[in-house]
Order: sequence, then structure tokens, then C-alpha cells
Amino acid sequence: MEKQIYNKVLENNKIKRPILKNAIKAFIVGGLICLIGELILYLFKDVIELKEDDSKTLMYIVVVGVSAILTGIGVFDKIGQFSGAGTVIPITGFSNSMTSSALESKSEGIILGIMTNMFKLAGAVIVAGVVSAFIFSTIIYFFRG
Amino acid sequence: MVKGKASIKFNNVYLRTTATVSGPREKKGPLGDTFDYSYMDAYCECENWEQAEMKLQSKAMGIALEKAGITSDEIDVIVGGDLNNQIAITNYNIRKFDIPFLGIYSACATSVEAMIIAALLIDKSGFDNVLTVTSSHNSTSERQFRYPTEYGGQKPNSMTSTATGAGVSIISKSAAPIKITGATIGKVIDPSLFDSQDMGRTMAPAAANVLKQHLEDFGRDVDDYDLILTGDLSKYGSIVFREILKEFNIIVKNNYKDAGNLLYDTEKQEVFAGGSGIGCISLVAFSSVIEKMKSGLYSRVLLIATGALLNPIMVAQNESIPAVAHAIVLERSK
Repeated sequence: MEKQIYNKVLENNKIKRPILKNAIKAFIVGGLICLIGELILYLFKDVIELKEDDSKTLMYIVVVGVSAILTGIGVFDKIGQFSGAGTVIPITGFSNSMTSSALESKSEGIILGIMTNMFKLAGAVIVAGVVSAFIFSTIIYFFRG
Repeated sequence: MVKGKASIKFNNVYLRTTATVSGPREKKGPLGDTFDYSYMDAYCECENWEQAEMKLQSKAMGIALEKAGITSDEIDVIVGGDLNNQIAITNYNIRKFDIPFLGIYSACATSVEAMIIAALLIDKSGFDNVLTVTSSHNSTSERQFRYPTEYGGQKPNSMTSTATGAGVSIISKSAAPIKITGATIGKVIDPSLFDSQDMGRTMAPAAANVLKQHLEDFGRDVDDYDLILTGDLSKYGSIVFREILKEFNIIVKNNYKDAGNLLYDTEKQEVFAGGSGIGCISLVAFSSVIEKMKSGLYSRVLLIATGALLNPIMVAQNESIPAVAHAIVLERSK
């Protein structure tokens, strides 16, 4: 009886999430991050004239490195709060999840703390990446022959 | 003495003294000046978050003993707890004292649960002084229940922010300006919600239930209280709390407040829906509310501490989040 009252009141007082506003912010910030990535790539490939593969690797290193530093100095979570998926989905989010987990476990030591916990959040991304790579490469192998 | 179904009436149990120690964000909030001590660094001059929370507790205990003018030898029993696994912070903090200890857990309702047990110990067993100590730290509990502190995932507007702070009370037989006259023990109520970032609404039914039971058991009305203070329902939870009470034909007016809405400036500080955690109700009740009682502004106050009994493993196994709330009555002694 009482449970029905609770459920009714909770149902009538659902919290509205600002989905459209969040999506727009994520779109803009996510796009900006990709633009910055392209600019860095352009810098390495066309200005410094490195090989395309090397330029890409270096670009990843820069973006991941900057995200890790921003996480370390406590700025990344503030940007993340504003942009939501805009910073979580690109490689910046991957870097942040590893760095934040490592920082959090620092007090538990290097092996049992940092090394064990570093992939706590990012592990799911790696598993999903490996599994989907296997599936899609299998499909490509059979269809392309 | 048992009163009604789930309540206890106390005789000659006094709140001898209280002490509060907060973190920096709480200090910057509207009640910042009322705390006994505040650390301006979330690490509290320690190496890690756990040590910081222990320091909050031991600092608050020291201040309480000093304010009461007694030494730790005069404390008969300590009752306490926190939000960490195995209530580790309290256990480790208490080990340096040569005093019997009862460790308890009911999430953010632990503060009032500790006071109820302490009041019972004074009332029934003949102890002279029982000390309660409870605490929460934003970073230890974020890690415990959710994500790393620096993780950049977006927090929803229903999220509450765990308060960094410790509250200590010394409950005793000897007369003091504030008396503990009654308590109501709450039930575990599960409103079938699953969101660990929406704790306020999850706890509101438990809080409403214990208030209804309390009023029935004592034969009182909400207007018999100058203040009804819930622990950490915050913005959305306190709306649900009022609405559920309306369904029970209990109308709370301006004498109802929620500590989660008082502790921070929710417009300026980034705390989303408001404050939460054990420290939230202790910081508000043990400082500004006690002061207002001493000055005569309030003569009867009901504290309802609310706890979401969240366990990340159970939630991952598709279990909902149960909640509990306990209530205690403080009155000015005549």
C-alpha cells in the first residue's frame, strides 16, 4: 500500500535531464577536439614533413598526453562536466579514465595500486575494441576473400 | 521506554556537547563560520584521502572533549561509523583510544543511529558519558561508491555531493542545556530505484515513513517541532519527501529543512542537487542548529538522518537501492 504511494509520487516527480543541451555541448566540444587533432596531424605531416604513420602516432601521443596532464592538475573533470560525451568518447576520455584510476590508486602502491587499477574503467573499452576488431576483420576476410 | 511501535522515550539523557570539523568546500558554504574547525585543504595535511578522513574524526573528537572539559578517560563507550568498507576509518581512528567501541553502519543515517545507541546506553545501562563519532569525505566515498575523483564523466543534475566533515557528540547523564527526549528507529524501504547518482529521491520514502511513524508513536503533529531537519535528501529528494507526506495527510511547512540544501550555496558551488553524506547532517545539526537551540530560537528539533544503503556490487547485479532513516528528538531542557 505504502509502496504504491512511494512509486506514484516518485513517478510524478521524475527529474528532467537536459539531454538536448548536453548533446549540443558534446557535439561542439567533441568536434573541437577532433579539429585540434587534425591541426596537430597537419603540423607533423605537412609542416614538419614526417611520414603519415609517424605523424598519426605522434598526434595520439600529444592528445593523450595533454589529457593526462589536464587530469593530473584537476582541470579535465571540470571540462568533462561541461562537455559530457564530447570529452569522454574521443581518445581524451580513454586517457582520462586511465590517469584518474592511476591517481586514485596511487596510495595503494605501484603494483597493487596503480598497475592493478589503471585499466579498471578503460579495460571495458579495450575488450570492446579487441572483440569488435575480431568480428569485423572476420567479416571483411570472408567478404573480400 | 518503548513508545508506540518503533519509538523510544528517554529520561535524563543530555547532549553534553557537539563538535564539527569540515573540509574546504563546506567552509566556503553559507554555514562555514559555524564549524568548530575547517581544513582548507581536502587532504587535511595528510598523504591520502583515508588518512584525511581519520584526521577529520580525531580533530573533532579532540575539540569535543575540550569543549566538554573532560579527558578521554571519562568516556565510557564510543559509538561510531563512516561510509568506507568495513567502516575502516572509524575502526582505525579509534584504535589509539583505550575505550570500548561499537562500530555501526547505516550509510548516511549512521550519525543519528549512533546518537540513538548512545542515548540508550546512557538511559538504560548507567554509563556516564558516551561519545559518538561519524564522518564522510567526498573523495573516499566517491571512490568507494562511484568513480575516481578526477574522472571526467558528466554528473547528472540529480547527483548530490558528499560532504567532507566529521561530527562528534558527547551524550551524558549530567544535565546540559539540550536534552535528548526520544527517537524513532526506521525501517529499510526500497523504492525500486537503481540510480546511484539519484540518492535524494531514493531516500525520501524512508524519511517520510520514519516521520509518519514518529508522529503516530508520540501522538504529535509536525507543528510540535520548531525544526524538522532531514539529512541529505537535497533538492529533488526533499520535494518527493513533502509530496509523500501530503499523501499521508501530513503537511510540512516552513519548519521543514534539509541539511543537503543548507550546507552549500547550490547556485554558486558546484554541488549539483546539494550536499549528502554522513557529514552533511552532522555539520548542519551539530553547529548551527545546536547554536539556535541554545539561543532559544528552537526549543524542539527532530533530526531525521537518511541513508541510501548503496552497494556497487548489488547494483551491478541489477538489485535496486534500499534506504533507511532514523529520527531523534532534541529539546531545550527546562
